[in-house]
Parts: sequence; structure tokens; C-alpha cells
Amino acid sequence: MIPEIGHFALILALLVALLLSSVPIIGAASGNTVWMGLAKPAARVQFMLIALAFICLAYAFAAKDYSVAYVAANSNSKLPLQFRLAAVWGGHEGSLLLWAMILSVWTLAVSVFSKHLPDDMRARILGVMGLISVGFLLFMLLASNPFERLIPAANDGRDLNPLLQDWGMIFHPPMLYMGYVGFSVAFAFAISALLGGQLDAAWARWSRPWTLLAWIFLTLGIMAGSNWAYYELGWGGWWFWDAVENASFMPWLVGTALIHSLAVTEKRGSFKAWTVLLAICAFSLSLLGTFLVRSGVLTSVHAFATDPKRGLFILVFLVVVIGGSLALFAWRAPSVGRGGKFALISRESFLLANNVLLAVAAISVLFGTLYPLFLDALGLGKISVGPPYFDTVFVPLMTPALFLMGVGPVARWKQASLPELAIRMRWAFAVSVSTALLLPLLLGHWTPMIGLGLFLALWIFASSAQQVYQRLRPQPQTSQPLSARMLATTRSWWGMVLAHAGIAVFTLGITIVKGFESEIAVRMLPGDVAHLAGYDFRFDGVEQYQGSNYSASRGLLHVSKNGIERAVLAPEKRNYSVQNMPMTEAGISPHIIHELYASLGEPLSAGAWSVRIYYKPMVEWIWAGAIMMALGGLLALSDRRYRMKRRDQKPALQQETAA
Amino acid sequence: MVIKARHKRLLLIAIGLVLLGLAATLIVNALKSNMVFFYSPSQVTLGEVPKNSSFRIGGLVVPASLQRGDDGLSVRFTITDTAQNVAVIYHGVLPDLFKEGKGVVAQGRLLANGVFSASEVLAKHDENYMPPEAAAALKQAQQPNVTNSLLPK
Repeated sequence: MIPEIGHFALILALLVALLLSSVPIIGAASGNTVWMGLAKPAARVQFMLIALAFICLAYAFAAKDYSVAYVAANSNSKLPLQFRLAAVWGGHEGSLLLWAMILSVWTLAVSVFSKHLPDDMRARILGVMGLISVGFLLFMLLASNPFERLIPAANDGRDLNPLLQDWGMIFHPPMLYMGYVGFSVAFAFAISALLGGQLDAAWARWSRPWTLLAWIFLTLGIMAGSNWAYYELGWGGWWFWDAVENASFMPWLVGTALIHSLAVTEKRGSFKAWTVLLAICAFSLSLLGTFLVRSGVLTSVHAFATDPKRGLFILVFLVVVIGGSLALFAWRAPSVGRGGKFALISRESFLLANNVLLAVAAISVLFGTLYPLFLDALGLGKISVGPPYFDTVFVPLMTPALFLMGVGPVARWKQASLPELAIRMRWAFAVSVSTALLLPLLLGHWTPMIGLGLFLALWIFASSAQQVYQRLRPQPQTSQPLSARMLATTRSWWGMVLAHAGIAVFTLGITIVKGFESEIAVRMLPGDVAHLAGYDFRFDGVEQYQGSNYSASRGLLHVSKNGIERAVLAPEKRNYSVQNMPMTEAGISPHIIHELYASLGEPLSAGAWSVRIYYKPMVEWIWAGAIMMALGGLLALSDRRYRMKRRDQKPALQQETAA
Repeated sequence: MVIKARHKRLLLIAIGLVLLGLAATLIVNALKSNMVFFYSPSQVTLGEVPKNSSFRIGGLVVPASLQRGDDGLSVRFTITDTAQNVAVIYHGVLPDLFKEGKGVVAQGRLLANGVFSASEVLAKHDENYMPPEAAAALKQAQQPNVTNSLLPK
């Protein structure tokens, strides 16, 4: 009965979404306020219906209802409750429901926090989001119904893929989807600007916090996925340039370009058409990511059952959304108007360069990801494009982008002077170059890549410090105390500094781990000692234990350096009984610098095991950097002008739209 | 003034085009030198594979073909597409889901003696899952004349 309620709620939600996607937009075109006003209640009802469906599915998982095909395929009576609930998005149908659910949450949020928006704009934005919702709900009801019954019911479920039975499964997909789907708001703002022909600083100020929030979620989602892969797969890697990772990285790159270009649009009124194009691209790439990951075109843990009907539906949907919005862009972009002029050397130019570099980086990832698929589809052979391609492309693209991060924030808007910039930045430059040259020599290992990485990371740190100093240093003409100067600096500025410092921390982590990591694979008998990076790893055998739905061998490695014990690593090899699938759980001793990592290979003869041991210096800095970026975003989001100024400007804006 | 502005715009466009050209060259070259082709055991036996560069092969691991060296980490096994077999050597820890009788993909080079020396062995994330490359190799072996002609030589 409960699953039928969920199914019925989805059907009703589709009807509401159809209403939401048509009536308010027509109302906005014809100036009918009653029709426009329909958007808000429709967004609310849609959210309630989809949430009801979501709860029904979660209930079916919690109650172990194996008469529902999707539950039977992705759960098991022995699966612990938290993973049974996370299994709601452990398969194709449920992850689509999560997508639709999150879309309805964003739609609801826009309808609640849009009191300051002109009526017609709000109506268009909610209508566009409703249109996307129609696509996903239709897809679910026609080709991927999570509530489909299994007759006769299964006695027990086939279990969630053991790889997914982890805390990462609880956080990573919802975070990532909050990011993906969050770009639908920026997309809807862009489409609404094209439809209404209104694109001004106020528009940019409204869409900035939404875009930033989506970007924060996407950053955290990717970071959580990277960290999860690091400890779950047992290979010590944190990024594989796997097509699925690329699918999430492309919207991130374009989204990053978008938050910068929105800043220019708000502050200077420039880059208008470009901003709109980026917003369309960011969401299109999110959709493409969903298509690549969920259609079974790609093969990975993220890809579910392949069904040509589904793939075709998503492909058509993709073509309609991307093609339609790009066509609208081509038609209406001239109407959004040109922005303020700027000189060749100006903050605008630097931000433009940053945007172009990020966009080219996204294109290079897109190319490397899609090219094998094209060749395969055309029957021209099967190829794979791996990490070497992406490493080759990314270094030359990211080097100037990271360098500009140090210059852009200090350059003046409109017109800056190169000599002046050079004088201002000379100390930051000198410090970072000399440290990048000398530090690796002290560490005993110098390669051009280590030098370059260190220089870029230090350059961003040093130039950020320079910016902070310039903001806070005592001014000769005023006698403000330091606290007053701190308060005079906006939170969005501090957010930028923090996020940029996050990039520096991230770059430093990558540089050090890539330059100084080491690994060995050895056969070890209990009592054997392996040596790596100055550490001695003594293998003390394995013990067996029984988990809730798996049996495991847990190995024990005592790590010492110069006779002093430093860490104990407990890598595991688990066997999940339902799918009879072996799984590796790495044993990690997290450390700010000297991270150690071990994973069990296979049992060999006579109680010996093959063991992989890794030394991963400063690998945690990679994720710490990502968290700093997200925190910087949050700080900028809390800037008071997003909350206060809106109300003050309301009358003026209404006049603007009326005019 | 007007002429100056137009010149500046032309200059900007020219710089933009040069940069875009550079980026395109970078991407295409990187792709050319870093893509890895996939071949089936039949193609390896027929000598259709590159001699000096790395490529991938895929198929099923022949049951009871896995042998381990004394160090426990040097392994030797045979991959088949049901028509032809190729011997593979590898040094390292095999992935969790590597199993005799199941699908596998290996990346590496062909040695002069016809043995494939793998630098990487991939078995995918699901017990009953067949890597598509491996599945394609098996399919090809059943109708070699049709599909082989479509593959790059």
C-alpha cells in the first residue's frame, strides 16, 4: 500500500510540475499576476508530493519490503539500517528520485527566499525549474519507476553493492546532487533573464548566492567522493580521472568560472552574455554528468543496469534542454546588452583570463571523457584516455590560472598598471620563488613539477597575505583601530581570501604527495618487517572477525621509526556474504604530514599475505584545501549585502522592471 | 579614437585566437600521445597490435591458469576470447574481483616472445559484471570477419 501511495504522489507531482512549468511563464509573458502567483504554491505542493514519495521509498527500505523490485535489488535484511536508508539512492531509480527530490527542495527554497524578486522574474525562474522537474518525473514514471512491484515478492534482497556500504554513501551522493541540481537555479535565472530581456547588476546579485551555494555543495560532494575512493578502494589514489569523476569535475570548473564572472557582472556590469552562457553550460554539464553516470554508457561503480530506453530518454531530454537553452541564448543574448568597458590590464581582464582558462580546462576534460565514447559509438575502435592525458593538459592550463589568482584580486577594476602591480607583488613573488627553489633541496628531492607546484602554492599564500596586510595596515590619514578596519572589510572579501588559500593548500597537498609519495607491494609472513620511507612495518598476522553482514580478516601492522612505535595500521579484507564479494578496507594512520596507508592483498600460502604499503605525505591537505574553499564560499554567502541591501533596493528595482 | 578602439579589438581577437589555437593543439597532442587502444586476444595473436606502445587487452581469465611466483606477487595467467589465448605476466597485487573464469582487462606491452607484460590489471566493481571491453572481445571472437575489419589496424 505504501509504495502505491509513493507512486501516486509522483504522478500528482508530475501534474503539479506541468502546471508550474506552464502557467506562471505564460502569466509572466502576458502580465497576468494571478497566473504568475501560481508559481509559489505550486512549488510548495510539488515539494510535499515528491518528499512524500521519497519517504514512502525510504519506508519500504526500512521495513524491508521485498515486494518492491527496487528494494529487493538494492537491499538485504542483514544490511544495517543506516545503509538501508542510504540504499534509497544506491541504484538507478532511487538516485533519480533523489535528484527530483533535491530539485524540488531548491525550487521550494527559491520560492521562499524570493520575496525581493520582481513577480515576473520569480514566475519565470520557478517555471523553468518546473520544466526540468517535468523531465525527470516523466522519466521516472515512464522508464524508471522505483515503486514497481516484484511478483512474487523476494524472500530477501540482493543487497547493496558492498563498495557502497560505507559512511561515504550517506554523504557523497546527496552533497554532489545538491551541487549538480543547485546549478539549475543559476540556469533558471539565466533563462529567465533571456526570456525577460532583463539582466542588470541586481540580477547578478540575486543569482550569486544561489550559484555560490550550489558550488559549495559540489565542492564538498567531490571532496567527499575523492576521500571515499582513497580509503575504500585500497589503491591509495585520491583522483583517477575516471569518467564519472570527470562528470562531476566539469560542472565544478564551469561553476567556478561562473561565480567569478557573476562577480564582474554585479560589480561592473560586464560579461553579461558570457555569464548567462556559463550558467547554461554549468547546468548542462550537470545534466550530461547525470546522463553519463546513470545511463550505463560508462562503466564504473556508479553506472547501473543498462537499458537503451532509458539512455535514449535522457539523451533526448539532454538535447532538448541544452539545445533549447543555447538556441534561446543565440536568439536573445544580444538583448542583454553590453557591459562597462575595461582596459587590457585590469581586474576584468584577469578575471576574463581566469574564466577562459577554466572553460578550456572543462572542454579538455569533456574531450578526454567523450572522445572514447564517440569512437566506440562510431565503431572506430575502443580506446581509453587515462591520467597521462589529463596531467599533460592540466598543468599548462592551471599554471597561469593559479598565477593570476595572486594578481587578480589586487588589480584595479577598469584600468590597472602593470608596473604598479609588479612593485606591489614583488615581495610575494620573491619569497615564493626562492622558497620553491630551496625547500625541495632541503627535502632532498627536486623536480621541475615539485618546484612549480610549490611556487604556485606559495605564491597564492604570499599574495593573499599581502592583500590582507594591505587591507589591515594602519592608514596614515585615518586613525582607525585594527578592529574597525577588520569590520570594514566585507565577509565576501574574507571568503575569497579563504577560498584562495584553500586552493593553495590543495595545490601544496597535490605537489607534495605526487613528488614524495612512495609505495611497495610485498609478501609478508607474520613477523616479517617491510621498510618504506624510513619506517619499519612489522606484520603481526591477521585475525578473523564477523561483521553484521560480512566476515573479515583484519591484519595488524606495527609501524616504527628508529625503534619508536609510531602507528598501528589495521587493514581489512572483507567478504560480503550475500553477493560473495571481497572488499578491501585500507588501514590508515591519518597524519598532517607523514600519512601511512596499508591494504591487504590476497592470502598466499602458509599464512602469508600480499600487502601494499604507501607513504602519502600531506595527502590530507588536498581535502583540507577543498573544505577551506567551501568554508570560504560559506563566509562569502553570509555577507550582509545579500540579506540587507535587497530590501532597500526593492522599490528602485520594481521601477526598473516596470520601465 | 574609433580606429584605435577597433585596432585594439582586433588585437584582442587575434590574441584570443592564438591562445585558443594553442589550447586546441595542446589538447589534441595530449590526446594523441596518451590514448590507449584496446585489442582482443585474437588480434594479439594475429599480430595486429602495436609493437612498441602500451595497449589494453581483455577477455576471460582461463580457469586454472593462474600461477604465482615464489614471492607471491609475480603472477602469470591466460586471457581468452574463446578463440585465442594470450599469456599475461604481472607483478603486483591483483584487484579484489580478479577471478579465474571472470572478465578482466589488462594494460601493458607485448613482449617479443608473445607474452603480454601487464603494468595494470583491472577487474571491475561488481561480481557478475563483465568489463565491456572483455565482453566485446568475446563477441568479436564469435564473428571475427565482420567486426575485426572495423577496428583500427
